[in-house]
Amino acid sequence: MNSTPNKSVRELIQQNRQQKFSVKNVMERIMPIVLFLCAFVSVVTTIGIILTLVIETEHFFEVVPFKEFFGSTSWYPLNSQPEYGIWPLVVGTLEITVIAMLVAVPIGLTSAIYLSEYASDRARRILKPILEVLAGVPTIVFGFFALTFVTPLLVKLIPGIQIYNALSPGIVVGIMIIPMIASISEDAMSSVPKKIRDGALALGSTRLEVALKVVVPAALSGIIASIVLGMSRAIGETMIVTIAGGSNPTAAVNPLEPVQTMTAYIVQVALGDAGFGTVEYYSIYAVGTLLFVFTLLMNLLANWITRRFREEY
Amino acid sequence: MSWMKKTALITTVASIAVVGAACGNDKGGSASSSDLKGKIAIDGSSTVFPIMEAVGEEYSTEQPDVNVTVGVSGTGGGFKRFVVGETDLSNASREIKEEEAAEAKKNNIEYTKLSLAYDGLTVAVSKDNTWVKELSLDQLEKIWLDPNVKTWKDVDSSYPAEPLKFFSPGKDSGTFDFFSEKVLEKKDMRKDVQLSEDDNVLVKGVEGTKGAIGYFGYAYYAENKDKLKEVPLSAEGKDAVDPTPETIKDLSYPLSREIYTYVNNKSLNDKKQVADFVKFANENAGDLAEEVGYIKMPQDRYDENTKAIEDAMK
Repeated sequence: MNSTPNKSVRELIQQNRQQKFSVKNVMERIMPIVLFLCAFVSVVTTIGIILTLVIETEHFFEVVPFKEFFGSTSWYPLNSQPEYGIWPLVVGTLEITVIAMLVAVPIGLTSAIYLSEYASDRARRILKPILEVLAGVPTIVFGFFALTFVTPLLVKLIPGIQIYNALSPGIVVGIMIIPMIASISEDAMSSVPKKIRDGALALGSTRLEVALKVVVPAALSGIIASIVLGMSRAIGETMIVTIAGGSNPTAAVNPLEPVQTMTAYIVQVALGDAGFGTVEYYSIYAVGTLLFVFTLLMNLLANWITRRFREEY
Repeated sequence: MSWMKKTALITTVASIAVVGAACGNDKGGSASSSDLKGKIAIDGSSTVFPIMEAVGEEYSTEQPDVNVTVGVSGTGGGFKRFVVGETDLSNASREIKEEEAAEAKKNNIEYTKLSLAYDGLTVAVSKDNTWVKELSLDQLEKIWLDPNVKTWKDVDSSYPAEPLKFFSPGKDSGTFDFFSEKVLEKKDMRKDVQLSEDDNVLVKGVEGTKGAIGYFGYAYYAENKDKLKEVPLSAEGKDAVDPTPETIKDLSYPLSREIYTYVNNKSLNDKKQVADFVKFANENAGDLAEEVGYIKMPQDRYDENTKAIEDAMK
């Protein structure tokens, strides 16, 4: 550039404007568009997924009436007189989810309380990454852990339990969700300002009282959001329940017996190569759509809770 | 460069060269024909899978550049892909059905049926099942059809009242089709059965449940003899027979059957690696079948296969 050191700002701005097509200016104008397109890809993908699900599900409901799908309590698609009542699969999924939450919430929350209220900085720096490792284990590894370690253990402890049952995958799904609940709850609790804790301590509360009666209520929206997210993860869990849960769709609630979840059913049909265009083939889309709706509702609920009950300091 | 660095460099390069030369000669020695390349797509029966897997492994040592993939979608699942030309070979534990053959004709797919070995469909119970000594085919039919049969006591009043749990291959399985035809006379199986195309899942289920009953190919029983108990079966008016290699071969075991693979003739003629593989499989299937737990057929059956392959390649 042929600028002299004494050029005024105005002259420099003029100079910049004249170089309209320099690399710097062109990039500056193109970048927002490029970045928008990248973000748009995920929107387009989501729309594509929804459209696929809805279109194929419509084919299913051309053959099977709504009343049977939502009303009947038997699910026998692989029969010469098939029955398509969704409740056995939903009950199976919910059984696993409830067992998982009973395991994950107490352990996850207490871990979070320990990490945010009691742990020293050094302890937290060591423990938190270890918790994250648990989150990184592939679910199929968890599945075989359930089948080859947890199930034999349960068989020894509980007489009458079957080898494929709902309790074993439920426990392991809970273990898998612990890091999620612990991490998000701990973040929520850490963001409660120190002033509030100090105030409570100054008024004579014990550390436990501060933790349970002051911090947890203050961080409640984040904690509830983490629980709801954990639930939606448990509902969508596939490998663990496929390997250890069995393939017995039943609407009867008994954690000692085999069940079949919505996700495990989709795996069973997908592995067996259902013919394109058969009702079997469309049934997996119907089940998939229901699954999608469940998890979508859970995620929306989590967002709403976070926004509505958030206490801003 | 300093002389120390130069020495180090020369030594490194020399050792790499020596190691490379030593490793390089491995492949050159064995192959009789020129090395073939390409893919072979195989899918179908989980019963036939152990044989085809063994053949594929042996074949890879001879022709390492040929990529053989063997799927386990079940006999029916395999045929669905075969009749539209997606696979080169389709494994089957039953013969091709009329509808499937018609579909193949519609798509101009010609094929050759090759028998590989004998299998005995084995009915298994858990090792803890101490009471059942044998079952007749009629009893078997009643157990698997009638939903009112809930405990072993309903099968025979001398048995204890242990609840019955059922494990069966699913609808896509040739084993299921064979059982349905031979034992159930094509009637609908009862509904409270745990289905899986994966025979290993069935083995695990039967082994771990006291009142369980399940069925699968003989190889899956043979591999898990220490965890399972087989049930001798008696056909109409005859004595009960255990499934053993001898009784399966001489057909005295009521649920003996042949297992097959079907080859797409076009693949046989167009793809050199498929022709080579099929001939190799025919020569070695008998011995490999014995190794995985099935039964070798008499040599003249394999000679029939050779002739069928040659006819298809004209």
